[in-house]
Amino acid sequence: MENTIQVINGPVVKLGSTDAFKMLEMVHVGPNKLIGEVISISDTETIIQVYETTQGLKVGDQVYPTGELVSVMLGPGLMGNIFDGILRPLKTIQDLDGDYIQPGSNVASLDFKRLFDVEITALKDAYLGPGMVYATIQETGSILHKLLVPPHIEGIVKSVKKSGQYKLDDTIVVVKTATGDYPLKLYQVWPIKKARPVLERLELLEPLITGQRVIDTLFPIAKGGTAAIPGGFGTGKTMLQHQFAKWCDADIIVYIGCGERGNEMTQVLNEFSELIDPRTGKTLMERTVLIANTSNMPVAAREASIYTGLTVAEYYRDMGYDVAIMADSTSRWAEALREISARLEEIPAEEGYPSYLPSRISKFYERAGMMENLNKSKGSVTIIGAVSPQGADFSEPVTQNTKRFVRVFWALDKALAHQRHFAAINWNLSYSEYMYDLASWFDNTLDPKFLKYRSRFLKILAEESKLNEIASLMGSDVLPDDQKLIIEIGRVIRSGFLQQNAFDPIDTFVPLEKQLQMMECILHLYDESFKFISKGRALSLVLKTNIFEDVIQMKYTIDNEPTEAFSELKTKISEIIDAIF
Amino acid sequence: MSLEYVGLKAIKGPIIFLEGSENIGYEDVVEIKVSPTDIRHGRVIELHKDIVAVEVFEGTDGMMLKDVYTKFLGHPLKMGLSKEVLGRTFNGAGQPIDGLGPIFSDVNLDLNGQAINPVSRRYPKNFIETGISAIDTLTTLIRGQKLPIFTATGLTHNELAVEIVKHAKIAEKEHEKFCIVFAAMGVKHDVAQYFRSQFEQAHVMDRVSMFVNTASEPIVERILTPRAALTTAEYLAFELDYHVLVILTDMTSYCEALREFSSSKGEIPGRKGYPGYMYSDLASLYERAGMIEGKKGSVTQIPILTMPNNDMTHPIPDLTGYITEGQIVLNTDLKQKDIFPPIDVLPSLSRLMKDGIGAQYTRKDHALVADQLLASYAKYKEVIALSQVIGTDELSETDQQIMLFGELFESEFLNQGTQPRRLGDSLDLGWDLLSLLPEQALNRLSHKDIQTYIHKEKALDRFNLSKDGRYEHIIGK
Repeated sequence: MENTIQVINGPVVKLGSTDAFKMLEMVHVGPNKLIGEVISISDTETIIQVYETTQGLKVGDQVYPTGELVSVMLGPGLMGNIFDGILRPLKTIQDLDGDYIQPGSNVASLDFKRLFDVEITALKDAYLGPGMVYATIQETGSILHKLLVPPHIEGIVKSVKKSGQYKLDDTIVVVKTATGDYPLKLYQVWPIKKARPVLERLELLEPLITGQRVIDTLFPIAKGGTAAIPGGFGTGKTMLQHQFAKWCDADIIVYIGCGERGNEMTQVLNEFSELIDPRTGKTLMERTVLIANTSNMPVAAREASIYTGLTVAEYYRDMGYDVAIMADSTSRWAEALREISARLEEIPAEEGYPSYLPSRISKFYERAGMMENLNKSKGSVTIIGAVSPQGADFSEPVTQNTKRFVRVFWALDKALAHQRHFAAINWNLSYSEYMYDLASWFDNTLDPKFLKYRSRFLKILAEESKLNEIASLMGSDVLPDDQKLIIEIGRVIRSGFLQQNAFDPIDTFVPLEKQLQMMECILHLYDESFKFISKGRALSLVLKTNIFEDVIQMKYTIDNEPTEAFSELKTKISEIIDAIF
Repeated sequence: MSLEYVGLKAIKGPIIFLEGSENIGYEDVVEIKVSPTDIRHGRVIELHKDIVAVEVFEGTDGMMLKDVYTKFLGHPLKMGLSKEVLGRTFNGAGQPIDGLGPIFSDVNLDLNGQAINPVSRRYPKNFIETGISAIDTLTTLIRGQKLPIFTATGLTHNELAVEIVKHAKIAEKEHEKFCIVFAAMGVKHDVAQYFRSQFEQAHVMDRVSMFVNTASEPIVERILTPRAALTTAEYLAFELDYHVLVILTDMTSYCEALREFSSSKGEIPGRKGYPGYMYSDLASLYERAGMIEGKKGSVTQIPILTMPNNDMTHPIPDLTGYITEGQIVLNTDLKQKDIFPPIDVLPSLSRLMKDGIGAQYTRKDHALVADQLLASYAKYKEVIALSQVIGTDELSETDQQIMLFGELFESEFLNQGTQPRRLGDSLDLGWDLLSLLPEQALNRLSHKDIQTYIHKEKALDRFNLSKDGRYEHIIGK
């Protein structure tokens, strides 16, 4: 009688007084063994949130403890695959249940029947400590999976198998620890809400190159950094997330579709299986893990999906990889918290969200970072979270609280989206706090001119937006030529540089070197035109030559590499302006 | 297995409470006998150790605590379906109300449906020609898409929906089957009648399943209406290979019903009193659009939603926009200019368009012309704002040309009345309009595109501009 259901309300199930469960323990609910999590324990009742639909559940049904916190299985086979919010493989579920997701599918995350080619690197009688590599597996074309000793295990290797083909459950190394022998297999288990330990947090000194000009140049993000993309619907959040996932220079992408459209996940799956990663020559899917909890899948698993994704990312970070997480959208996760909180009849704070919303958000973003791992390797987790503000109003609680814990803010703008200016990042509202940390990287690794050009761009854009206000009141004809020139160059920067066409094969990803050259060209145009008008000639003469349009088109007309054509364009600019002088 | 109880513990709004809960499943269906002739239905919405809460679809009027017999049927709400549902009319709970007798069902399906596994989905790419230039060119509808119409009271959304139904070429080939599922939630009697008579005039009534819950009918049934309709649509699409167009009107009434019901349950409200789970709830409807790998049919949804106070940031349009794959927005100003359909193309969007157009599906210049039309029309809006301050005469030559373009775009391109236009004609019209603009205003086109597609003389002829001297006047000849 102790562990039987007393109350059912949506995904929340309550039991009477019992001491069979611990906080955050994973439980099986009812005859279908639905997966749930203990979220509250008191002397009168135990509350469980169920990750699946509770339809058909009855008062009096049994709840079974598992003794484990809600955990996921980590090992080879994750990469290139698509999972639900609690890391159940959707392809296996499809084979089992058909086209629709049925409750109570009890399938393992990883394939226990599959044979892996394992290269065992541990040596007999050698010391193995936490996080150390004991074997490797070529998981996909682009990713070498390193099997790591779990964080709490250390000792001397007692026995080792030969390299060869093994299944997940095979013991390949036995370690003699202080508390007895510990078998190392091809997988380990880790609770999703607990960050995997590291030796040290490192400074963030290297940018994550995304190939998106407005990001890399104006608002860059560091490897191991955190960023938020807030924007109303239709402003291109998902599009931008897809662009990052495709082109950013992380080794591994964990893409979490949290409460979003089913078709979008299908699209990622199809597209990434075809697109080739320019750096490895393999498909993008081979470096991607997809976690999908679409908006019509159970809400409690939506809350879990974020942590599941983080845990997978940290696991690969521990192998020494740079991992980037795309979370689309964190607002749906916050709403899942709100929904569960309301069912628990907790006292709400702002707009019905629970008062612990800020602390949950901060805990999520604080798991990002560039780390020195337990095995002394260096790896990073970068988090890029989309935020879907209600009514596109950035003052709502999720946006505001996210803003407090991220250091890059890419504000998407409805007005820009309506003009079909993509990426619709508003350069007046966005910011990146990493600029100072990354300055020396840009100076030393790229070119000291980069930051100089960048600050000139920012200045022109700021001035342009002021002048545009005047122009929209009085018409641009009343402005003097030097101010008109700012407006014209501003236009070139906006259409020729900030606007980027994700569907154009050249423009979809632009290396930093070309971004630098493009800036140089635009500034060259500015300087030459400025010289021209300061000698008393009319700006309209330069505009008539169409050279401004040529510069705007350079993103399409000049290849990504080599970039020699830029010096030709610069010469052309000088010649054309000289010719009309 | 069924259990019968006598008497109730409490009645509160549309919810009744009973004592005892042994062997009752969450969300099970309940049959409630109020009198021998009055049998109602309900569903378990909350289970406590010794109390069961049941929502009553038909409402609780006339019920007493005693003498009510409730029977728990031991299964979730299901609907009997067969091919015969076409041409029939049902109430919100899926029971026939056209006097033609019951449906002899082949299958019984759960009204709530189940989430399609993202792995099983087929990514929608097939374009549906609606005959409406603004939609076909700028917010292309794709088979399997969910594309709502955001509108306001007093606008011509019903007429637009009818135009889409009449002209939409959903089934392209002879052997493909096409049908319509129409769900009216809390609409006025006239509106339901209008749709029915339009379907009859278009001779499609034998391919329509109607689900009608009018404004005066119970709200719990209203909450079931779209579920019954979508269950039918899924059955027709994925069991019988139909291409199904689902029209849901009006989503605002549905959400109001949801709020009313939530507050009668005593739930903690979210924004503007709507329940915190409204996003999930709407998603459970909209996400039922789509296509499945290996199945021939498709479910395409066009929900109609009247924005309260014409405010797009209101929770109903806001949450909808986050779930659906774009939106078609209607505009009061355009309606006042007597433009039909009054589609405001700037906030309108079709997310699936980018993958469903181009040489392979529509025409290779489709994306170009769409992109430039939108950019130029956005510019037109800016120029209008400027002209209101400084007057039209003070505008620069380029701005005046943009003004001319914008006016013609509204009067020729948007305002097409009830005359359908083939996609090719719409695209050509778009190019002709763009040809009125000077080269520097065509910022989305390369020099090569301009040479290929821009033909000024042809455009001047088409719009009769050479004759009446309007164009010369602008360019100062």
